[in-house]
Amino acid sequence: MTVSSARLELADVHEGDELPPLSYDVTATTVVLGALASRDWRPMHHDYDFAVNRNGVQNVFLNTPNQAAWFERYVTDWTGPTGRLGRMKFRMKGSVFPGDTMVLSGTVQAASVDNAGCGWVELLVALTVDGVLKTDCTVRVAIPTSDDDNPWTRRGDNWKP
Amino acid sequence: MSDTDTAEVPDDIVALIGAVQYEEQGEFPVEQGYVWTTCASVENGNPLFWDDAVANAVTEGPIAPPTMLSVWFRPHHWAPGREKQSLPLQVHFDLKERFGLPEAVMTDNTIVFHEPVRPGDRLRTHQVLRSVSEPKTTKLGSGRFWVIDVEYFNQRDELVGVESYTGFGYRRGEA
Repeated sequence: MTVSSARLELADVHEGDELPPLSYDVTATTVVLGALASRDWRPMHHDYDFAVNRNGVQNVFLNTPNQAAWFERYVTDWTGPTGRLGRMKFRMKGSVFPGDTMVLSGTVQAASVDNAGCGWVELLVALTVDGVLKTDCTVRVAIPTSDDDNPWTRRGDNWKP
Repeated sequence: MSDTDTAEVPDDIVALIGAVQYEEQGEFPVEQGYVWTTCASVENGNPLFWDDAVANAVTEGPIAPPTMLSVWFRPHHWAPGREKQSLPLQVHFDLKERFGLPEAVMTDNTIVFHEPVRPGDRLRTHQVLRSVSEPKTTKLGSGRFWVIDVEYFNQRDELVGVESYTGFGYRRGEA
């Protein structure tokens, strides 16, 4: 487990910045734990025989909700706890199996302040295996604009995700 | 996808666009144990989920990871007396049946996060059909695109999130 206590502020972020990559060796436990943590009981996420002989794939594979959790962890490792997710958009291209080393990488597409004064960063995050894109995800995350700003205090018209 | 062209969509489907369907209450309150299990599954050390002092300072108390939104609505694998399990995204399956389209894929999934979800919250959800396309042909086959929103609320009727799915229902071999 990583411990994230960073506090990224908008002035620290610039278009084109790259996030530190995260590499992780996926095991059957990764897949099954992720599926059960997200209450996804479908057999292709825990039953090798079903995945291979019914679904025709090489093994059990990571489910979508758990991939979302991996993306969230990756982004908030970078922002620290004051980073607040606003929006995520996924495009699934391929599956992630036990034995794969998945790599998450991210690039800052834009950094801006909205008309309510909230600081926003737009990220493009990729999940690859052996350099092949498996899922990409655009993320809009709010981060503080100053020492005394906290996006989590925003509600109603002051929160425009 | 463009907005619905009502000239190309049957009246009964046009009537459903924007209507609230399949209101559902979560089977159980948002639960701290699942928060920790989910964080453990992805080795997420964000102190918001592990350290009450940080959660109190930053988020006015503990919250659940925003991406767990749909977790709170996945039914138990078994429940006493239950004979039929409802399908998530039932509107999608209704449209497949209505248009006689045996195959379908989801082409996009967007999640928008609003009020934080907190342990103990009792969430409810409903589905809203947002648009249906005229007939389209892609490399998969011939069918229609549709956009469905799944909206989530807490016990104070505050919006906590919206998931939007773009689906393409189709019949093979007509491309």
